[in-house]
Amino acid sequence: MSTPLRTPMPSSSNFSPGQPQGNPDIRLSVEQASYVYAPNPSQAPLFTLEALSFQAKPGEIVSILGPNASGKSTLLNLISGALEPLSGRIFLNGFATHSLPPKIRAQRIALVQQESKLLFPSRVWEFVLQGRHAHGRGLRFVSEDDTAVAKNALAQVGASHLMDRWMDKISGGEKQRVILARALAQQPVLLLLDEPTLHLDIGAQVDLLESLRKLAAVNRYSVLVVTHELNLTGEYADQVVLLQKGKCLRVGPPATVFQRDLLEHVFQAPLTVEMTSSGRPRVTLFRKT
Amino acid sequence: MRALTLGRVFLRCGILALILFVVVVIALKLGAVQVSLYGLGRDLIRVLLHQSSGMSTDYGMIVVDIRLPRILLALVVGASLAVAGTSFQALLRNPLADPYVLGISSGASVGAVLALMIVNQLAVSPEFAGLITPFGAFLGAAVTIAAVYFLGRRDGQIDSATLLLGGIITASFLQAITMFLMSTLAGSSLRGASYWMMGSLSSLPPRNLLYLLCIGFLVAAGAIYTTASDLNLLLAGEKEAMHLGVDVPRVRIVVYIAASLLTGFAVSVSGTIGYVGLLVPHAMRMIFGSDHRMLLPSSAFGGAIALVIADTIARTIVAPSELPVGAVTAIVGAPFFIYLLRRKLS
Repeated sequence: MSTPLRTPMPSSSNFSPGQPQGNPDIRLSVEQASYVYAPNPSQAPLFTLEALSFQAKPGEIVSILGPNASGKSTLLNLISGALEPLSGRIFLNGFATHSLPPKIRAQRIALVQQESKLLFPSRVWEFVLQGRHAHGRGLRFVSEDDTAVAKNALAQVGASHLMDRWMDKISGGEKQRVILARALAQQPVLLLLDEPTLHLDIGAQVDLLESLRKLAAVNRYSVLVVTHELNLTGEYADQVVLLQKGKCLRVGPPATVFQRDLLEHVFQAPLTVEMTSSGRPRVTLFRKT
Repeated sequence: MRALTLGRVFLRCGILALILFVVVVIALKLGAVQVSLYGLGRDLIRVLLHQSSGMSTDYGMIVVDIRLPRILLALVVGASLAVAGTSFQALLRNPLADPYVLGISSGASVGAVLALMIVNQLAVSPEFAGLITPFGAFLGAAVTIAAVYFLGRRDGQIDSATLLLGGIITASFLQAITMFLMSTLAGSSLRGASYWMMGSLSSLPPRNLLYLLCIGFLVAAGAIYTTASDLNLLLAGEKEAMHLGVDVPRVRIVVYIAASLLTGFAVSVSGTIGYVGLLVPHAMRMIFGSDHRMLLPSSAFGGAIALVIADTIARTIVAPSELPVGAVTAIVGAPFFIYLLRRKLS
């Protein structure tokens, strides 16, 4: 035989099922993941996200908390699979998120972004049905199943009455709920939200987080919320990942992460932290004197 | 909530096909030589029965040998340009994109002229030479759209105004190149420069080229149609489409190649006919909405209808002389473009 023996290829594709990583209760596992933005390799990097680790269980709300430019969005892009970690791994049910094909990824991870631009107007129900794309084939003419899932998604966020309205003719809070409904229509296991409360008034913010709590409990989603809202995090998160300038300073439940010195240092503002009767921390800001 | 179904797509396309048929019949009837509807019907049936040899009337000759192929050419070119326009609008996320406005047609012209020059040097048989031009035009279109795309990018985002400016500048540059190439050629084998500038359907391509054109249209438009539901999501942005499960790079490459092919093939037989790819998709969007599963086939029919009408006007309005069809489409299309631009800016 003249053919040389082929050395076994190192398994570069980590999208083979394999064993679930460690504890089967763990859904999302970020393991020493890091990232560097650099315009080109010879220059100094513009931004570095240092290696960090945390895990999320089904039904849990994790808040990725930090001031602007702390690396929150980079972390979200890594978890969503849009970026590949420079080092480390990010597993969702044992699969590396970056290596999943787009269609499979969209069946498992849904991302709610701040604002969804529309080039041509569309109806609310059409918009929510976009979430069914990853579950369809070919031209994706709507099945009864799709319709049922979309209606259910709208009902879950309390937006059934908006179904036939135009997307550009509803309020910011309503739009945020519809965007969330589209994410639910994807029937994901991991729900990512990028600054979901940014353009909402306080009532709509509480509504949104209440419904996230309920959704996480009912549908067993793992929910990740990127935010800089201290009190909403304190009140609603099960776990906090505290970031500052690309460094992960602390991971844990709000009661342990919310310490006055730490938060003052991270957010560069004088504040106090007190515990409420429900065991949730509450933050009050002061004027700088 | 009334979701689009395959049945509704077929129904609407059936209606459009009917309109197209009526337009084709009227176009066959109109011209420097008048033809009766009865004579028209009789001759067409003869052609279908392969008994055209038994046909003796001069009218029949004019209709079957001159008008019919020209109308079929207008039909395919119109459909190609409209589908290409719809695709570029989705691909570049710009409602003002059009093969002509972005200079892609001009690029295809340069490609076609270069191909003709090279073929002339090689001294191959004229039949084969004719089949080379569409591919030259396709390459010209593909290179141009890539260039315009990179001209229109700023900070990794497509900037609408920069893209349009880039396209217009590219178009004028490429037209100058065409002029240059034309004037350096001892050009008895080539059509006049105005043909490449304004577009015309007056010189019929040989039959094998017409067949190639039809097959090219079916393949390319079919390939684009397989991505119709992806294009709907792509309108919301590439990143968002990716998170909803669209394989963005694959869709981009399919649509890019297929739309360049449509533009190149159309330009190689008709020159640069403008605004069909802009006007028709917008009209169809107003009627049927912006879902590409409906928009793409309706644009194909709409483009065919529009160009058959435009060409009929071009050859009858100053009969027995005729206008380049591109002049007709530009007279209607340019003001419409300005209207869309004003509306987009406000």
